[in-house]
Amino acid sequence: MSLFNVFDVSASAMSAQTVRLNTTASNLANVDSVATTPEDAYKARHPVFQAALNEAGGVGVRMGGIVESQAPAVARYEPGNPLANEEGYVFAPNVNTVEEMVNMLSASRSYQTNVEVMSTARDLAVRTLQLGQGQ
Amino acid sequence: MSISNDRLFGIHDDALRLRSQRMSVLSSNLANADTPGYKARDLKFDDALREAAGVSKGLQLARTHAGHLSLSGSATSARELYRVPEQPSLDGNTVNTEAERVKFMENSVQYQSTLSFLNSRISSINTALKGE
Repeated sequence: MSLFNVFDVSASAMSAQTVRLNTTASNLANVDSVATTPEDAYKARHPVFQAALNEAGGVGVRMGGIVESQAPAVARYEPGNPLANEEGYVFAPNVNTVEEMVNMLSASRSYQTNVEVMSTARDLAVRTLQLGQGQ
Repeated sequence: MSISNDRLFGIHDDALRLRSQRMSVLSSNLANADTPGYKARDLKFDDALREAAGVSKGLQLARTHAGHLSLSGSATSARELYRVPEQPSLDGNTVNTEAERVKFMENSVQYQSTLSFLNSRISSINTALKGE
């Protein structure tokens, strides 16, 4: 029955959006984690979504992995910082705060949409089960 | 009057099955709103229902030999067509979330109306059986 398939599809999308929120949270939390060399600096992480056909014919979302951003780390002149190198620079992560905030909003809206889809499917399934009762 | 399942509920049992199938297709679209390269799909409901009810439109292939394959039994998934994109994204995704939500809501209301048709059919059969 396709109604139960809706639950699988929406659940896969919800877990994918949760991973996206998780990476956004990590990125925003580490926005000021500086390091001595650009290689040691935290790199922004982003999930890769893929469409996955399930056996009942619905198309869910599969996590294709998490990629690290290749943008260069930001050098800051902070001679007083104990992590500064000989020239007095520390390296901040390549996290783009504005981009991360937009990602957060988009993920939360998508999550809400899938919750609504799931709750509608549940209501309809319950009504179908009650077919012919109350006569 | 003979009572068979087909006559009992008419077209509504096929309609209910197709509505739930369309619901699955639309929920797949909404689930993949952020998946790069995903193309939105939809069920061509009127054709699928006509096919399920055994009334076909257009030219049919004549079967002149018992060994010829029938086309009428083909899977209804063939009726799942790609939507014409209104504003495709740069990443190849063609899901328009708002439009899909509207279609999902419309489909769920239509599903409920089919349910109420079935309910009233069941209650009239009940009345006929009880003879009150």
